[in-house]
This record gives sequence, structure tokens and C-alpha cells, in this order.
Amino acid sequence: MTADTAIAAHGGQTLRRSTRYRTLRRFTRHRLAMFGLVVILLLVLACAVGPSLVPFDQFQLNMRARFREPFAGAHLLGTDELGRDMLARLLMAGRISLTIGFCAMVIAVTVGTVVGTVAGFYGGAIGTVLMRFVDAVLCFPTIFLLLTLAALVSPGIVTITLIIALTAWMEVARVVQGQIRALRERDFAVAAEAMGAPDRWIMFKELLPNAVAPIVVAATLIIARAILLESYVSYLGYGIQPPVASWGNMLEKAQQYLTTAPWLALLPGLMITLAVSSFNFLGDGLRDALDPRSELS
Amino acid sequence: MTASPPPVLEVDGLVKHFPIGSGLFGRSRDKVRAVDGVSFSVAKGEVLGLVGESGSGKTTVGRTVLRLDTPTDGAIRFLGNDITHLTRSQLRPFRRQMQLVFQDPFSSLNPRMRVDRIVGAPLAIHEPGMAAAERTQRVEDALAMVGLPRNSGERFPHEFSGGQRQRIGIARALMLRPELLVADEPVSALDVSIQAQVVKLLLDVRAKLGLTILFIAHDLAVVGHVSDRVAVMYLGKLVEIADTRTLFRDPRHPYTEALFSAAPVPDPTIRRQRIVLTGDIPSPINPPSGCAFRTRCRYALPACAAEVPPLREVAKGHLKACLRDDLELVPWQDAPRDPARPPAVATPAP
Repeated sequence: MTADTAIAAHGGQTLRRSTRYRTLRRFTRHRLAMFGLVVILLLVLACAVGPSLVPFDQFQLNMRARFREPFAGAHLLGTDELGRDMLARLLMAGRISLTIGFCAMVIAVTVGTVVGTVAGFYGGAIGTVLMRFVDAVLCFPTIFLLLTLAALVSPGIVTITLIIALTAWMEVARVVQGQIRALRERDFAVAAEAMGAPDRWIMFKELLPNAVAPIVVAATLIIARAILLESYVSYLGYGIQPPVASWGNMLEKAQQYLTTAPWLALLPGLMITLAVSSFNFLGDGLRDALDPRSELS
Repeated sequence: MTASPPPVLEVDGLVKHFPIGSGLFGRSRDKVRAVDGVSFSVAKGEVLGLVGESGSGKTTVGRTVLRLDTPTDGAIRFLGNDITHLTRSQLRPFRRQMQLVFQDPFSSLNPRMRVDRIVGAPLAIHEPGMAAAERTQRVEDALAMVGLPRNSGERFPHEFSGGQRQRIGIARALMLRPELLVADEPVSALDVSIQAQVVKLLLDVRAKLGLTILFIAHDLAVVGHVSDRVAVMYLGKLVEIADTRTLFRDPRHPYTEALFSAAPVPDPTIRRQRIVLTGDIPSPINPPSGCAFRTRCRYALPACAAEVPPLREVAKGHLKACLRDDLELVPWQDAPRDPARPPAVATPAP
């Protein structure tokens, strides 16, 4: 018996290492996901420390240096129609866009997880009411809901974040509800019930940790969508208000100079594309890596 | 008998029907009669074996008795308390005295929890004020009691083999020193060599802690080894119940005989006449009239279809639900026959 357990203990440790290792390997082998991860890290780093390294302030006007082209002279990425440094503005806008994306994701995931867990755990009347509510909210076309709300409340970072979160939590709720419902039937949930565990214990200690993988994937994809939504709304003028820069409102200002100064539109457009597709790639990679079924392939 | 303490578990006319499909207004028309009028009691320190083939309702009995399911009808008394209709919160104080061991050692442990937290969970729930050091100590003691290394708690369930995981499940079930343990096919998912270890472990802890066990299984050899008394279930009903020795030597119900005959003999040279039950167990949605076993019984008479044979006492402590008292049934393998009864005559082939 002791020899048997000793062997199993040894075997067990290799097993643990190898399952984690395999997941990690599946992820690191996913080229697009690694590309996404690197780009995101670079973007975050640049937006966090970059503005203090650029010798210009984002609000500093310079009427004698308007429409300077990129890669020529003191302004690395050129200047805009008011002579403000494009690099400084892009990075400051990145701060705002990324922050909004991240915060909206946190709120959406929290709300979605709680609603989904409660609906999946209790089922019956509570579950039905909650999920029908989710379906009802899903019925609204996101963009119009977003624009209506943005027109009604005064735009700002906090309100935009909340509004985006409001349109994004439903899919987390649906994913989590499905997971929790399936997990509830498992024997370890019955065991917790037989122990006399309170509902909170079963929901948050037993079931939820087993549903983390799909939540992480959904979270990543929500960040991508939140950044995109923020750009939409700002582009249409209901989002972040100038002079505060966001990638969306930079794009909006740039459209009238599209022929004369195309970099004004290209640069923020490129940033949005880069950030959104990186988060999407990351989400895809995580989904593939965390899905145990892909073990076979 | 009146002076003796109440039985640990008393089940009286237990019925559990599961509605299937729901009609337009949530009304369902059909139901699965998983358990259809089962009565038995388990005395303190006793091991009652519950056998029957798949679909006979034995697992549902186990789950309903622990009130993990609400019975459709009947009464469940635990230590003299009627727990049939208690709500979840009212049940909580009883939960620490009744525990469950599962069949599948892989799905019964939370894959995301470390073993020390799994085994310590009953303590965390029922004695939240306990000091961390004491809890660790009790978890280690419990792991040691079931024959696992004391430091097993640092690892995750998937790092253990099936037999070890079953030991973890037993350690968790015994953490709060329960009065009653329902073991739902605790060894049927394990290798034969490991089965013996786990059965021995259960018997050891039973002796040590004075446990009362409801042992659900389909393997007669295991049940015969573990149980003091055995109850045989068929299609949601008890068909025979007696103490183990009597039942194995002198079965009185044709279904018990058929189960005995189906059990493998650990000697390949022995040739015996097998009683092969034809067909599957009938549907519990629409059971046969009268005796539910009559459709597969080789001794069935026309009268068997008329009414449900009641469970009646044929000898002291030996109950059966069969009309026919004139049968000579083959005992368990080569168990010596009860001398009080005449020797077996060759049973007619069906």
C-alpha cells in the first residue's frame, strides 16, 4: 500500500506538471495568440510609460507646426490640425481606450457571472426569469442602445464604461449559466449538498472555479469588443469628448483631412485594429488552449 | 424490542416518481416509478445491503433517504426524527450525521480543489469557528485513517488513482463522524484488487466508529461479504429481505435465485445450470400488472398478474414478495442449504 501510494504520488506530480505544461504549450504554439499577447503587452507598456517619455504634451498646441508629416522632424508621428503631437495623443488615447475596455470587461464579467451562476444554480422560476431577462436585453441592437444611452447621459469615461458593460454582460451570463447547470449535476456538487453546504458555498466555491476557462475566454473577447464600441461611440461624437483624446474621436476629427493628411486617420485606425485583433487572437488562443477536447488534435 | 433505541434509519412506504417531459402547462402525463413503496429499517451499527440490477431504483432509494431528493410519498425517519418533509435549511443539522460515498471516484471530487480542502470542507461548513491548526490536524487524521499519506492534502484529486480517490471520498464522508453512511456502489468502479481494499477499509471504519451503513451494490459477492442483512430490489420494489446468511442459503424469491445464478463463480471448472433472465428489466414508466417480475419469472402463474404480491414474513426476519411458497430455489453458489428445508430437486428448465 505504501509502495503503491509512493508510486502514485510520484506519477501524480508528473501528471500535474504535464497537464499544465500541455495547456501552456498549446497556448504558446498558437502563433496568432502569442502575437496578440506580445502586441497587447507592448501597447499597455507604451501607453503606461510612453507619454512621460515623449517630449510633447498631448494638449500642447503649436500653430506653426500643423500637419507635420510623420517620421520627419521633431514629431515622430507628425502633428494634427492644431499642431499637437500625434504620438503623445495616440498614447494618451490608448490609456483611455484600454482602461475603458478593461473596466467594462471587469464589470460585464462580474455582473454576467453572478447572474449566470444564480440562474444556473437555482434553475426553475428564478433561472427562467433571469435568463428571459438576458434574452430580452440581447434583443436590443447594441449600437442603437449604446447611442441612445450615450445621448441621454452626459458622456465621460465612467458613463461610457458603464454603458458598454451594460451591453456586454449577457453573453457571459449565458455561458456561465450553461456551465453551472451542467456542473450542478456532477457528483461533487451533490457531495457538497449532502454535507449541508450553504448555497453560496456550492455556487462560488465548488461550481464557479470549474467554469473559469470559458469566462476568461469571454472576458478577452469582451475587451476587444469594448474597445471597438468605445471607438464607434466616440467616432459618432457621443463618447469621449475632445480635447481629451480617444482613438475613436481622433478618427472622427481626421476624416475631413483624409486626403491632405491621411496619417491623422491611419494612425488611430491602426491602433484600434491592432488592439482589437490582438485581443481577439488572444481569446481564440485561450479558448483552444483551455479546451480539454483539443487535447486530441 | 420496545426498549431498544429507535433504528438509525426507518423507511416507510417510500415512493419516488420522476415526471418525464412536461406538457403544455408544466403538467406531465407520464412518470418514472423509480421507487414504488419501499419499507425497511436499519438498526444502529448494522450494514444493510441493497441489491438489484441497473434500473431497479436502488440509487434513488439511497439519494432519497438522504433527502437529496424529495420523496413523492412515504416517510423517512432518521434517528427517530421524521425528515421526510424538512426544508434544505431544516435538514442542515442532520446532514452532519448522514453522509454519502459515491460510485464514481472521478466525478465525486471537485477537480479544482486541493484534497485538504475537499476533506476539510465538512469542518469548514459545520464548524466554521475551528482553528486552522486543529482543522489541518483533523484532516490529516482522516487521511491517515483511510490509509493515505498524511501529506496527501497538498495535492489535487487528479493526482490520485481511482482507489485512492475513493479513499479520499470516504475520508470526507467520515470527517464529521456520521451516524449513517450511504455507500452507493462504492467499489463497482474499481479494479477487483482495489475493491477488496476499499471494502476492507469500510468494514474497518465501521467497526472503529460504530457506523451504520446502507450499502448499495449489484455485486452479490461484495454485498454478501459486507452486509448483515440484504434487501433485494426489483423495479422499484423490495422483493426479498433477510439476514445475509439466510438469504444466501435459502432464497425464497425467484429473482433472488436468478441474481445468484448470474454471479460468476471463481472456479472455471464448475459447470452449472444458469438461470438466464430474458429481456430487460421492464419500463418503470409502465410496469407490468401484479408482480413486476412475472414477465421474466420462470415460475410465473396466471395469478401473478392479478395483484401485487405483498411483502410478507415467511420466517423470522425473512420477508418476500412472491405468491408461490412451493418453490425449491437454488442457493448462492455452493452454500450449504438450510437443513430445515428438504434438499434441492432438479429445477425444471424454462
